[in-house]
Amino acid sequence: MSTNIEIRFTVNGSPRTVAVPPEMSALNMLREVIGLTGTKYGCGEGECGACTILVDGMSVNSCLLFAVDCDGRKLTTVEGVVNEPAGARVRDAFVQAGAVQCGFCTPGFVVQAAHLIDTHGSKLDPETIKRGIEGNLCRCTGYKKIVEAITAAAQEAR
Amino acid sequence: MTVEHYYAPKHLDEALEVLRAGNATILAGGTDVMPQSESGKTPLRKTLVNIRRIAELTGIRLAKNEVRIGALTTISEMMANDLIRKHFPILAESGDHFASEQIRNAGTLGGNVCNASPAGDTLVPMLALDAVVELAAKPNGSVETHTTPLGSFLVGPGKTRRAQGELLVAIRIPVPPAGQVQRFFKFGTRPALDISAIAIGLAAVKTKGVLSHVRLAYGAVAPAIMRGSKTEAVLEGKRLTPELIEQAAQAAHDEVKPISDVRASDWYRRELMHNIVKRMLIDVHEH
Ligand SMILES: Cc1cc2nc3c(=O)[nH]c(=O)nc-3n(C[C@H](O)[C@H](O)[C@H](O)COP(=O)(O)OP(=O)(O)OC[C@H]3O[C@@H](n4cnc5c(N)ncnc54)[C@H](O)[C@@H]3O)c2cc1C
Ligand code: FES
Ligand code: FES
Repeated sequence: MSTNIEIRFTVNGSPRTVAVPPEMSALNMLREVIGLTGTKYGCGEGECGACTILVDGMSVNSCLLFAVDCDGRKLTTVEGVVNEPAGARVRDAFVQAGAVQCGFCTPGFVVQAAHLIDTHGSKLDPETIKRGIEGNLCRCTGYKKIVEAITAAAQEAR
Repeated sequence: MTVEHYYAPKHLDEALEVLRAGNATILAGGTDVMPQSESGKTPLRKTLVNIRRIAELTGIRLAKNEVRIGALTTISEMMANDLIRKHFPILAESGDHFASEQIRNAGTLGGNVCNASPAGDTLVPMLALDAVVELAAKPNGSVETHTTPLGSFLVGPGKTRRAQGELLVAIRIPVPPAGQVQRFFKFGTRPALDISAIAIGLAAVKTKGVLSHVRLAYGAVAPAIMRGSKTEAVLEGKRLTPELIEQAAQAAHDEVKPISDVRASDWYRRELMHNIVKRMLIDVHEH
């Protein structure tokens, strides 16, 4: 029998209060308790980046984060990221460049890419992009169009 | 066992009080705790203590002749910090090869030390830089702290000398002496999200071609990160020459005790040790 812990935080700007078991990951909480399914479960062990979210503005793997640790924090998922200028540009650039095939990895890439643009602005070059997406795996595209899309979105940040 | 109690104390004092009762799992960034508990390798204990709200465990400060790095410092924060970049460039560099940005943003230095992986990336430079760990406990109603050299704190894979009620509060590294050179090398098969096949950290004072205060640290070639004391002895106080460099490389090859695993064989790791120690020393010699 596990005790549920009550936590409060904001997701994409809206305040939430939920009760979760202490073992639960933030990824499971987002998908199963809150119902935001844009954040994907790929590997569950920090290797693939499909579960990337922003916590207080930093990108992290939500599968490695304990849900209880979200207490008092500001969470942004792909659903919220695309409402911000950088995220919206990344989304459009992915469509333009054809950087989406099966699409499973896309939410994680969009969140990480938006974070990279917010951190580096228009100085974000392809080399920095490649280093910055080392934690995101894509089994379909071969990455070329993903890097092109992020480069294009970063250039618009000028 | 499922978790029965969860605490997220804001003060060190409270955390130590909870830890004193025992049977607790300490949670920092969770990048080791989560996969290890999910897979059943290290199940969570009855009490889960989330230390991430404790302000006393954060921050990087210069105090007297040492830099004190709070246990909760993330790998990303460490890499961006001016004191670290200035005094301990090889520590900052070890972050460069560490997992991925998402993991660097979550994983902490205290977690990297306490997880005590034989391949822990930050441990190699910290050992070469004479780091000590600061531990706190509250055995009889008041907070007591003591320090231990990192080298004796790390015992084996996942094993440290941390006593049950103790919390690692900080890592302290002396400001390097004048003329110190530092080198770090991590060998993996790909640049990201890869665990070291071997890693080597080197710190030494170089005066007119002679090395002194030589410190070598080796990762992933023994049950815990180890000092290369035999190689250090070959180099200490001597002028660097091609012959001496070859002798040191041979000593490094001979003194490690690697295992064969999916990443590399024992033989291959020893060859790497020889060749990379040689390459690093040639680089020190020439610059
Ligand atoms: C996909 C992946 C890739 C990785 N790649 C690397 C890599 O390249 N190099 C590398 O070195 N590591 C790597 N790691 C391991 C991990 O990210 C690091 O060890 C990290 O520094 C752990 O920090 P944390 O804050 O997440 O620790 P946690 O998971 O919170 O804790 C780790 C351990 O330390 C204990 N602990 C934490 N803080 C304290 C404290 N202050 N006092 C006492 N005990 C404490 C915990 O109880 C636990 O046993 C990787 C992990 C994953 C999942
Ligand atoms: S699901 Fe989190 S990194 Fe793969
Ligand atoms: S588009 Fe299929 S995994 Fe990336």
